[in-house]
Amino acid sequence: MQTSFTNRKLVLEQKEMNIWERMYLPAIVKGLAITISHFFRKPATIRYPEQKRTVSEAYRGLHILKRDEIGAERCTACGLCALACPAEAITMEAAERKPGEENLYREEKYASKYEINMLRCIFCGFCEEACPKAAIFLEEDFAVANYTRDTFIYGKDRLVEKPKQGTKAFDIVKVGRERELN
Amino acid sequence: METLINFLPSIIIIFTMFVVTLLIALYSTYGERKVAAFLQDRIGPNRAGPWGLLQPFADGVKMFTKEEIIPDSANKFLFILGPSIAMICCLMTSVVLPWGGELTLFGKTFYLQAVDLNIGVLYVFAVVSVSVYGIMIGGWASNNKWSLMGAIRGSSQIISYELSMGLSIIALVLMTGSLSFRDIVNQQHGGILHWNFLMQPLSFLIFLICAFAECNRSPFDLPECETELVGGFHTEYSSMKLGFYLFSEYINMFISSAVISALFFGGFNFPGMDWLLETTHSTNIVTMVGVGAYFMKIFFFIFFFMWVRWTIPRFRYDQLMNLGWKTLIPLALVNLAVMAIIEMFKHQHAFGF
Amino acid sequence: MIASVFYFLSFVSIFFAVMVVVSKNPVHSVLYLILTFFSIAGHYLLLNAQFLALVHIVVYAGAIMVLFLFVIMLLNLNAATEPVKSSLMKFAGAIAGGSLMLVLIAVLSKINSIQPAHEVNTQIGLIKNLGKILFTEYNLPFEVASILFLVAMIGTVILAKKNPHTS
Repeated sequence: MQTSFTNRKLVLEQKEMNIWERMYLPAIVKGLAITISHFFRKPATIRYPEQKRTVSEAYRGLHILKRDEIGAERCTACGLCALACPAEAITMEAAERKPGEENLYREEKYASKYEINMLRCIFCGFCEEACPKAAIFLEEDFAVANYTRDTFIYGKDRLVEKPKQGTKAFDIVKVGRERELN
Repeated sequence: METLINFLPSIIIIFTMFVVTLLIALYSTYGERKVAAFLQDRIGPNRAGPWGLLQPFADGVKMFTKEEIIPDSANKFLFILGPSIAMICCLMTSVVLPWGGELTLFGKTFYLQAVDLNIGVLYVFAVVSVSVYGIMIGGWASNNKWSLMGAIRGSSQIISYELSMGLSIIALVLMTGSLSFRDIVNQQHGGILHWNFLMQPLSFLIFLICAFAECNRSPFDLPECETELVGGFHTEYSSMKLGFYLFSEYINMFISSAVISALFFGGFNFPGMDWLLETTHSTNIVTMVGVGAYFMKIFFFIFFFMWVRWTIPRFRYDQLMNLGWKTLIPLALVNLAVMAIIEMFKHQHAFGF
Repeated sequence: MIASVFYFLSFVSIFFAVMVVVSKNPVHSVLYLILTFFSIAGHYLLLNAQFLALVHIVVYAGAIMVLFLFVIMLLNLNAATEPVKSSLMKFAGAIAGGSLMLVLIAVLSKINSIQPAHEVNTQIGLIKNLGKILFTEYNLPFEVASILFLVAMIGTVILAKKNPHTS
């Protein structure tokens, strides 16, 4: 027999079972009692699509591009988020703000195109940390599903926060959408 | 014509029980999933219909519409024959079971039993012993090692446990003096104290364990033990042929529960039977309540089957054989000998002592 | 009615018995043999011997044939492993079988109608009567048969036990 080097080996003592234990029936009855006690317990299930688990405030879900208090987009297309992104999921194109668009874009430069590939994104939140304008945040939504891969490239239409009612941006976006519909 | 009218009640009972058996088996699948869920603090199927009640039908549609695959190297005829035998055999048993007492309709008195064989218990044994072929033929015809292993395990298990099952029943039959289900059930009339499980606890226990083994139910579900044999004897089966195998398992469970309830728990007898007869003066009401009581007992045992499945882990194969041959058979033999001695003293006058 | 059932069952049992011999695959042979047993059980039923019919199914079809099937499935016999018999053996077999058939035909053709040796009780096949007869009139043969079974059982145990000298 090999000697123990650490003296920490536990020697398991197997006692001879008595007749009561060898019948197994008491043990089986005990087991049945344990399982039936679970029968009347409240299920631990959260019925997902109807019920959702509350997530912490720091949860990193899908991205959102924030607007400021008057409803203008905060993003200035500086590209720091794309630089910080370890998965290289973010691309953007910058454009210059034209006169009359002050209520839509906060700075003179804005992102005319802003795309995040949600299949590449690893939801690390580095973009959030990198953003100097507090424009991009990771929010609580998760579990996106679709049938084709290209639908996972989120453009501005799905990333930008919906403007709040009462802000000027709300009216502009609304007018724009109505014009599109007509 | 005359003979046809005489047979009509039997035919009606057979057809009713056919439909009822299938329905109960259908909902046993649902019940199994629900019971499993509740025992594991879950909810179980709840999407198809209210509380998931339409789930069995959804499963059935799925089973029927799935692609049917017959392996190239399989023996086609036997491959189809296997599940057919399994299904036929388990549906045949319900003929001899007494579902209720006397029913008077249209001025005629019927007994709610299709056929009262004077050897009903033996008939059940015969059908069970033949049902082994469903597993064996299916497993062999698949031409797959796992299937063959499963089939051989299944058949050897069923043969082994049939012996102790038979011996435990012989002890019971010694006491009742009849092999007819109707006689055995009628003898248990008159309160719980007359039920056979109190008179013959050891027989009951052995029979119960063997019933688990005969149904291939956990903890004796070695023929289809996924962890060792992929899917056991039905590895190669798909579509409704697989459905037949699974279905026959549930029907077997129902039939075993019915047999256990009839042999050991008084069948359609229930406490307060005589009192009900005295107050209502109607045998029909008593019979209907009796049928209800019988089905309550059956449902309890079906629940028990599921309860045990989620409590006791599967046996190892050698443990299974040891239990069958080295524990249950000697126990059943001792039980039989003790019963024989007791019966001898009961009938002393017959021996002229 | 009964006669036609009898002829049907006889045809079935003989047909399947022939199939047992004819079929190439041993597993098929065993399955045909099981069907033969079932038709013989049907004959028992015709004789109002329900107990015998069911015992026949339980013991032969349900237990013994399963073990047969067992062994054959595990041996994996197929056409390649079938021993080739010499034509001399086939010839001898044909002559032996044919002469047996000749004798049987000769004997059976002499008999006009088969009469039972003594008046037969038609209820004898029912389990109560059978049990009474077995335990009164035929008690000794019955017990001797059980001793035979016991001997067979002990023999099996001894055969199955490992020989301490060889292992």
